[in-house]
Amino acid sequence: MHKYIIRRILVFIPMLIMLSIIVFALATAAPGDPFTGKILDPTVDPEVFNEQREALGLNDPIPVQYLRWATAMAKGDFGESMYYKGRDVASLISERIVNTVYLGVFALVLTLIVAIPIGIYSAKNPYSPLDYGATTFGFFGLAVPNFFFGLIAIYVFAIKLGWFPAQGTISNIHVTGFAEFLDRIHHMVLPGITLGLAGTATYMRYMRSEVLDVLGSDYIRTAKAKGMSDRSVMYKHTLRNAMIPIITLMGFEFGALLSGAIITEQVFSYPGLGTLFINSITNRDYPVIMSITLLLGVAILIGNLLADIFYSIVDPRIRYD
Amino acid sequence: MIQQDVLQVDNLKTYFHLEEGRTAKAVDDISFKISPGETVALVGESGSGKSISALSIMQLINKPGRIEGGKITLNGEEITNYNAKQMTKIRGNDIAMIFQEPMTALNPVFTIGNQITEIIRKHKKMNKQEAHQHAVDLLKLVGLSRAEEMMKEYPHQLSGGMRQRVMIAMAISCDPKLLIADEPTTALDVTIQAQILDLMKEMKERFEMALLLITHDVGVVSQYADRVMVMYGGQIVEESTVDVLLESPKHPYTQGLLASLPMVDKDVARLGTIKGTVPPAYDFPAGCRFSTRCPHVMEQCLSHNPSLSDIESEHKVRCHLYPSEVEE
Ligand SMILES: Nc1ncnc2c1ncn2[C@@H]1O[C@H](COP(=O)(O)OP(=O)(O)O)[C@@H](O)[C@H]1O
Ligand code: SF4
Ligand SMILES: [Mg+2]
Repeated sequence: MHKYIIRRILVFIPMLIMLSIIVFALATAAPGDPFTGKILDPTVDPEVFNEQREALGLNDPIPVQYLRWATAMAKGDFGESMYYKGRDVASLISERIVNTVYLGVFALVLTLIVAIPIGIYSAKNPYSPLDYGATTFGFFGLAVPNFFFGLIAIYVFAIKLGWFPAQGTISNIHVTGFAEFLDRIHHMVLPGITLGLAGTATYMRYMRSEVLDVLGSDYIRTAKAKGMSDRSVMYKHTLRNAMIPIITLMGFEFGALLSGAIITEQVFSYPGLGTLFINSITNRDYPVIMSITLLLGVAILIGNLLADIFYSIVDPRIRYD
Repeated sequence: MIQQDVLQVDNLKTYFHLEEGRTAKAVDDISFKISPGETVALVGESGSGKSISALSIMQLINKPGRIEGGKITLNGEEITNYNAKQMTKIRGNDIAMIFQEPMTALNPVFTIGNQITEIIRKHKKMNKQEAHQHAVDLLKLVGLSRAEEMMKEYPHQLSGGMRQRVMIAMAISCDPKLLIADEPTTALDVTIQAQILDLMKEMKERFEMALLLITHDVGVVSQYADRVMVMYGGQIVEESTVDVLLESPKHPYTQGLLASLPMVDKDVARLGTIKGTVPPAYDFPAGCRFSTRCPHVMEQCLSHNPSLSDIESEHKVRCHLYPSEVEE
């Protein structure tokens, strides 16, 4: 088991290197550099730019540039922002990432609390009115784009009804402790639902079909023939098996939530990684773009790794050798 | 005093309501009794309604199936109208069941120990240690000498034969008065089959259980059963003691089943099979359900389904060829 996990982590390393090469290549292949926009400024001697390029190493061969960048990244030195002068990327990211993680966790918890019970109910009562309702909601959740749902939510619940704030993370900077927590949650409701919508739809459908599948299996019939109660049949024998594929799915959800957050945060002007990312793209702030991209990649890899590890814990049939 | 029957089934009907208003009469009016300690075989080709009969007794019929009528009496008490909660006290405790597929009958994510102690603790007043000890003893009793280690193992770590032994251990764990074994050896290697059947026989004698042995293998019947019921098209078509049935089978279907049995001491030329296939349960022919395949089919067979009637004591046949019949 431990060996299995260690081996999975070792596989992780070459994947990470591949990922960093791709990120670097994409950034290098993009036309222009931070000086491109200013090159036509007639008051500045083009030679000055060249000197600066030389100083920053932008004229070095690409592999050399990659190695320099990768070593720095590995050391945790994400470089300096080219747009927010004098700010290092690490501090820019770290002040935003917390908000994104909060939002992601909020959306994930919401997804699970809603999707799993409804999925179970639908499987227990297939073709019931609630099952049909859930199916309809599922199609809706998958079909409606994030940003569109977000805009509608703002219009209805923030502007018309005024129940929830339309943007930001906090409105009263003077409160602390539990009151601050509640204020943050209040701000997270609309973006959280928006972000979790697609996942909720997906999990609900998965849960329904998994539970239905397991309920029809031979070992469930055995459990019933042993005289196990309905509770035990559902919550012990069925759920434990039905959750195995769901857990795998959750690993991927990790990455899906982070990338979903990019759009959702933009819609709600929520100051997280997503808004930082979009702004950096507009500003051609390459060090920030590259760091966030790499971070998203790492998050997805970690998500998959966690899924694998959970999977090996819940399914004894997984072989570790 | 006449001994009370362990199980009495009267006019049991289980239908599946399919799409387009079709109805599959999987079990259509069967009646029988099982006395204490008796082994009764239920034989018939695949699709004749054996499993559904057994699952109906356990009240484990899933939608779109439904028990349409009949009466089930267990140890003198009618259980037909028991609710779900009452049935959980019967299943595994008074009636235990073993299934055909040992590879899929155990839950893959729980240990053998967990799955046996679970049933023990459900029906017996035992604490964790007592249940554990009882489970280990049972595993040893069914011939699993590595019992203690096996308690911590998962089903996928055991062979099919070992899993079926675990199923037997689980089935006998709460001293049921009736064990239903639905083709318990069909999925196993030929070499293992006899071992498992012998084990079941041994356990049956030791715990004084009655056994309803479902099989499509007439060879098994001759060695293990006291009485036989032959099932076709959701109905019992012949019923008698094993000796009588093997000696003088009356129903053309039974004769066909016996003829298809390879016997070492008989001429190979006898080895034949019944022509055609079992008609689907939603599309039985009018009249005798075997009429589409019967070599002796007569005019009246096409319009009237014969009733199951005694042709001599303890020998019932459902066929127009035999005089004592009463037409339906
Ligand atoms: N889930 C089901 N849905 C529809 N029909 C079924 C279902 N299960 C069984 N049947 C019908 O019942 C008949 C008898 O099935 P079964 O009792 O499993 O046969 P056996 O055990 O003798 O092979 C089948 O031929 C089929 O037509
Ligand atoms: S009733 Fe007629 S068709 Fe049916 S088994 Fe007897 S002879 Fe054959
Ligand atoms: Mg069967």
